[in-house]
Order: sequence, then structure tokens, then C-alpha cells
Amino acid sequence: MPATDFEKLSVESATVHEQPSAWARVRRNGSVRIGGAVMALLLLIALLAPWMGTVDPSLFDAASRDLLPGQRGEITTLEGETVPHRFLMGSDSFGRDIYSRVIYGTQVSLIVGVCTALLSLAAGIVFGLGAGFFRRLDGPLMRVMDGLMAIPAILIAIALVAMWKGSLLTVVVAIAIPEIPRVTRLVRSLVLTIREEPYVEAAVSLGTPTWKIMGRHILPNTVAPLIVQGTFICASGILTEAILSFLGVGLPPDIPTWGNVMAEGRAQFNEYPHNIFFPGIFLAVTVLAVNILGDGLRDTLDPKMAKRG
Amino acid sequence: MLNFLARRLASTLPVLLIVSLLVFLMLRLTPGDPAAVLAGDAASTEQIAAIRASLGLDRSIAEQYLIWAGHLLTGDLGQSYYYKTAVTTLIGQRLEPTLSLALITITLAVLVAVPLGVLAAWRFGGWLDKALMGFSVAGFSVPVFVLAYVLIWIVSLKLGWLPVQGYKRLADGAGTWLYHLVLPALTLSVIYIALIARVTRASVLETLGEDYIRTARAKGLPEVKVLMRHALANAAVPIVTVIGIGIALLIGGVVVTESVYAIPGLGRLTVDAVLARDFPTIQGVILLFSFVYVLVNLLVDLSYVFFDPRIRY
Repeated sequence: MPATDFEKLSVESATVHEQPSAWARVRRNGSVRIGGAVMALLLLIALLAPWMGTVDPSLFDAASRDLLPGQRGEITTLEGETVPHRFLMGSDSFGRDIYSRVIYGTQVSLIVGVCTALLSLAAGIVFGLGAGFFRRLDGPLMRVMDGLMAIPAILIAIALVAMWKGSLLTVVVAIAIPEIPRVTRLVRSLVLTIREEPYVEAAVSLGTPTWKIMGRHILPNTVAPLIVQGTFICASGILTEAILSFLGVGLPPDIPTWGNVMAEGRAQFNEYPHNIFFPGIFLAVTVLAVNILGDGLRDTLDPKMAKRG
Repeated sequence: MLNFLARRLASTLPVLLIVSLLVFLMLRLTPGDPAAVLAGDAASTEQIAAIRASLGLDRSIAEQYLIWAGHLLTGDLGQSYYYKTAVTTLIGQRLEPTLSLALITITLAVLVAVPLGVLAAWRFGGWLDKALMGFSVAGFSVPVFVLAYVLIWIVSLKLGWLPVQGYKRLADGAGTWLYHLVLPALTLSVIYIALIARVTRASVLETLGEDYIRTARAKGLPEVKVLMRHALANAAVPIVTVIGIGIALLIGGVVVTESVYAIPGLGRLTVDAVLARDFPTIQGVILLFSFVYVLVNLLVDLSYVFFDPRIRY
């Protein structure tokens, strides 16, 4: 055994004691890096959609119907001009450019995912704080949440969209509603745990108003688990929107979403499977990236939950 | 045990009550008049009013709920606006395909997922474990309809092994029945396998660290017996629980899978009813699915006694 290198040892023991900050742990996590990188790429695609060799996704041309990927054809602009266009992912039965529709579809998916997550988190925080702080509210509110959780999420979303008619707002709200009970439960359980902490007790005995205790002491402690939860809601929101559109009950068919492109491609799947495969790949990769990101965030931000899962 | 059963049943009732209230309100507070929909475009104002009165829509919302819930208790889910038959009849006609699909899927998923999960836990950190964890993340992410089309493309269109779409009744012969259900069940089982395998792995991993496992190995028990009799048996409760919770996932998947594979089941009925804005049918199907979900999880709770004799109620 070689002689101990004391200098090296001391350096090592020093780094062991140093607790890396949560943010540093998050940044160093492999899953966060992979998921985050793919998400950044998708965000870039969504933002740069008009400059990526796309045409207006609603444009069509009867002469360019059912083209195979890479084929050349023409497209009629809104002004009635016919310009040559290369259909990278082929065209659908109206002669629309699948590539443009898929690229613009990224915008819709990301907006729906993020808005669904934010909306259900916001509602869940309000209900969770309410149930955790006000005893009278707790019973009835949580029973309603139990009832809501007993109805399969996709059925609630389908029924709500059916009643309201599909628009971006109604789809987001309809997807967010079945996610609210889980967030409410999470926030409520965090409130009930944190409430018993000595520093909250101290604040209460000092006569701190309830809203101040919520804002100063409770909410900051819910941030990490809520970010994790929000990421998973974002993934399932993107997926549910695509399912709704695919079933024909989501956003109107002229809006370019991955689900709508796939729904349009259903009838001709035998001859032109790419109409379903290209948007399908984008959808699967996006949901996978968000889920991987969520797994990484859970492992680094919320070790308790990581052990449970 | 009986005491527990009574208490557990009693705690289920409020949930069912609230589910019925939510489903009722969700569709009754709809913009748009069901009576006008039912009467059609050519109907006069008087005709619409008559229909509204006959449906009880002119009463207060609380009265309407009580009447509706009363009918529900006698097993009457109302008349379909679109099909013009009783919703219960409609559901009865569509029950077989959905039940067949669900049962085959659950069987397939459990048979594949549980051994995979046990093996992954047994060789923790090995290639199978890593592959399974990767598969489970992917299984949660690949949308069921995308997977359905990939499978149709490879298995049905390229290889020609299985039919692309359609459903054959069990009465037409078990062979053709199964032949038409293999692909849909395979599609639907992927996410379920991902879920069950993941929980099985975690649960078995935990029991493998227990002292009695060491004892079992020390007394020279074959490894298979250690895994099955000791590790898996003690890990059963979380696995059974997740199978129950996964029913919700399965129901969502049924709606999509039946639509892709053109299976005339309850999922297909849901989508058709939504497209036709046929509210009594939507209500009926959602209620049925929710009640099934609640009851399955009640049965799961009760099964703990069977799987873990330490649990006594």
C-alpha cells in the first residue's frame, strides 16, 4: 500500500463536506441535461418556425396532394400565387405541407403543455393551501377532489371539450382540471407537515397573519416538489392534447397540431404512413424529453419523492 | 373483517355520490339546449318546450339531479339522443369487446411485467434492469396511438401476420376472437407493463434486503424459491395496488385503442357520443367507467388480506 498522500486526502475530505447547492445538483444531473437539451431544441424550433423553410401551415394546393417525403410540388400562397415547394415530409390529402404543419405544431404542443402545468399548479396551490389551513374547507374540498380523481382523466377532458367546443383555452382548461386533485393533495400534505415545524409555530405565536405565513414559510417549501409535479403534468398535457386532436374532439382540424396531422393521415395510413409517423416521432420525443427532465428534477430536487417512486 | 368491509363500502359511497354529482353538473351546465338538439332544426318553439318539459329540463337543477339520480339507482341511464335507445342497452351491446380487450391486456401485462420486474430487481444494476428502466420511461412517453400505428405497419401491413382492424365476437369462435385482439391488447399493454414492472422491481428490491431473504438463502433454498415464495410474495401488496390504480390508465387507453383498431366497444361509443354531443350516453359511459375504477380499487383493498396475512381488518 503506498504512503498516504495527505495533501490529496485533505482536499478530498474538504469537497465531501461541501454540500452542492440544489441548482448545482440539478445542472450536473444527466437526465436533466438530456431532457433539457431536447426541450431547448424544441423551443428553438417553435420560435424559429417561420424561418425554417416552412410555408404557412394552412396553405394547400390541389396539384400537390399526397406527395411522398422529399418530393417537389407547388403550393398556392394566400395571394393566389403558385410557387414551387419541396415537401420534406410529404403532403396530406389536401395538398398541405406536412413539414410546415409539424414544425408549427411544436408551438401548439409546448404552449398547451406549459399552460396546462401552470394552470393546474395555480389551482392546486389555492385549493391545497385552503384545505391545509382551513379545517372547515378541508373535508368537503378533499371529498370533491376524491370524486374528481375517480373519473379517468382522459374522459373528463373529452367530456369538457365536447361541451365547450375546442379552442386553445378550453383544451388547456379541460386537460388541467383532472390534474388539479393531485396537486391539491400534494400541497395540502406539504402544508400539514410544514405547519407543525417550530418556525411556523413561532410565527403563529407572534401573531403573524395567515396569508403572511403561507407566503413566507409554506409556499417556498413547496416550490421543489411542485416543479417536479409540474414537469410531469406538462408531459401528460402534451400527450392528452394530441389524443384529443387525434380523436377529433380537440382543437379544430385546421389548426396545425401533431394530433390533427395524425388524425388527417388516418384514412390513408396504408399508402402514406409518414403522415402519422413524422408527427408521431415529434410527439414521442417531446413527451420522452419532458419525462426524462422530470425524472432528473425529481432525483435532484425532491429526494424524498425519488425514494418513494 | 365484516366490520372493515362495511366501513370500506361506506367510505366508497360518498365518492360515488360525488362522481355522479360531478358527471351530472359537468354535462348539465353546458351551453346549448339539449331539447333543441333533440328536436332538430325544423322544430318549432312549442315543440322544443314540450320536449324540455318531457325531459324535466324546465325544473330546477337540484330537482333534475334528484330525478336523474333516482333513475340511476334503478339502473336507468336515460335515453340516447343520437341512437334513440336506452343508454343501458347501448352499453350492453358494447360491453363484450371492451371487456375482452381489457381482460386480455391485464393478463398479458401481468404475465410479462411481474417476471421482468422480479428479474430486474434480482440482477439490480445489470443490463436487464437498465433496459427495463429505459423501457418503462419510453413506455410512458410513446403515445398509445403512435405505438398502435407502428405495430399495425410492421405486424399487419409489412409482415401480414395479424389483421389491421376489426373485431370478431367470442361467439364466432375463440380463435378468430383472439386473433383480432392480439395486436390491440399488445398495444395497450405496453404502458401497463411499464407501470407494473417498475413497481414490481422497486417492491421486490426492497424485500430482497430483508433478513428473511438472507435466512432463506442460508438454509440453501433454490434461488427461484427465494424469489417467488419469499421476495415476490412479500412484495405483492404494492404490485396489486398499482394494477388497480392502472385501471384508470387502461380506460384512457381503451378509448384510443378502440378508435384506432375500429373495435366497436365502450371507448368507441364514448368518442362517437362526444362527436354527436349525445349527453346521456357520455354521462352513462363516464359513470360506468368511474364506478368500475372505484370498485376495482375497493376489491384491491380487500385483496390485501389474501396477499399479506399480516394485514387484518
